Amino acid sequence: MQLVLIFISAAIVNNFVLTLFLGICPFLGMSKRVEAAFSMGLATTFVMTLTGALTWIINTYIIKGLDVPYLQNVAFIITIASLVQFVEMYIKKTSPSLYRTLGIFLPLITTNCAVFGLALFADLKGFSFIENIAYGFGAGAGFTLAMTMMAGIREELRFSDVPKAMEGAGITLIVAGLMALAFMGFSGLLTV
Amino acid sequence: MSIFAEFKKGLWSENAVFRQLLGMCPTLAVTNTAVNRVFMGMATVFVLLGSAVTVSIFKNLIPKQVRLAAYVVIIATFVTIADLFLAGSFPEISKALGPYVPLIVVNCLVLGRAETFSSKNSLAPSVADAAGMGIGFTFALLWLGVVREIIGSGTIFGAQLLGGWFEPWLIMVLPPGAFISLGITIGLINHYTNRREEALHQHWE
Repeated sequence: MQLVLIFISAAIVNNFVLTLFLGICPFLGMSKRVEAAFSMGLATTFVMTLTGALTWIINTYIIKGLDVPYLQNVAFIITIASLVQFVEMYIKKTSPSLYRTLGIFLPLITTNCAVFGLALFADLKGFSFIENIAYGFGAGAGFTLAMTMMAGIREELRFSDVPKAMEGAGITLIVAGLMALAFMGFSGLLTV
Repeated sequence: MSIFAEFKKGLWSENAVFRQLLGMCPTLAVTNTAVNRVFMGMATVFVLLGSAVTVSIFKNLIPKQVRLAAYVVIIATFVTIADLFLAGSFPEISKALGPYVPLIVVNCLVLGRAETFSSKNSLAPSVADAAGMGIGFTFALLWLGVVREIIGSGTIFGAQLLGGWFEPWLIMVLPPGAFISLGITIGLINHYTNRREEALHQHWE
């Protein structure tokens, strides 16, 4: 039950994109088409779930085990960068069709602040190993949800009459603001 | 381009936030109180300068294949210095900013400058470029912060600006306000630029 609550909290109540402002770059840049946005979301969810597991091990046994808190940032970013590289090689070998769908998005995930932010926020919450994985999976699902919704809205937006100056980034940010407003309705629902 | 031109372009014509849409996470997340955004901007300027100096000095020693990983480690090191300095000297601000200081590591602005500028230029232009980009970024943080603070709570840098007649728009200090105020700002800047270009065009015709 606790795991379900953590999942819902990370995915909806404290949505990474719309309330914590993490992963804004792909959210604004990659959300032009629903299929692409959904694939990007899936790839990110996969990496985030693994990141949740791996950074917990590193944080518990190396950073806290050896008492070297000043290495935390460097250790986390190296872990994420090598994880993304490894996942890319693995998918390329085992599933060429999946690689064609996700391939171009994978390298971008290294600099996605949602992944690095996940490692940092999870550390603050003091979760157990399993809880950390649920948190990573939930955060990824929330990212996918926000990406896909945004792409759906932007596909419709192409047919509407937007003032010239607001085209592109301007109207996208306003839409994001309205989505954030809707997501605020969930705030306070859970405190995990 | 001269050194001064490298510095100046980051302030406005290639402003990281308003023009290139880089470094959005801290821009949106920490613009709700005055002190936060000044410290966030200064931390980013420090990391930009540190990584620009290091990358431009060692650019020929770093193998091409692992350059991105090397840049990320360099940036992470400077971020750690900034983070520990803030935690040691200004513990309250460090607490308020929380994980958003370590998150400078994945600020696409910093890695972007290292990859597109410092790795191809010598020390002096790299420093000028980093300083310009950093100050332009801080300016964007301050602008959004001031707008959100005035409309959202009727104060400016914590001092009362609007009288009791003003009913604060609470939404502006909450997450939606960040998105909406940045969207409107970018729209206004585009409008201004479009009009100026049109005027120039007519002038030449």
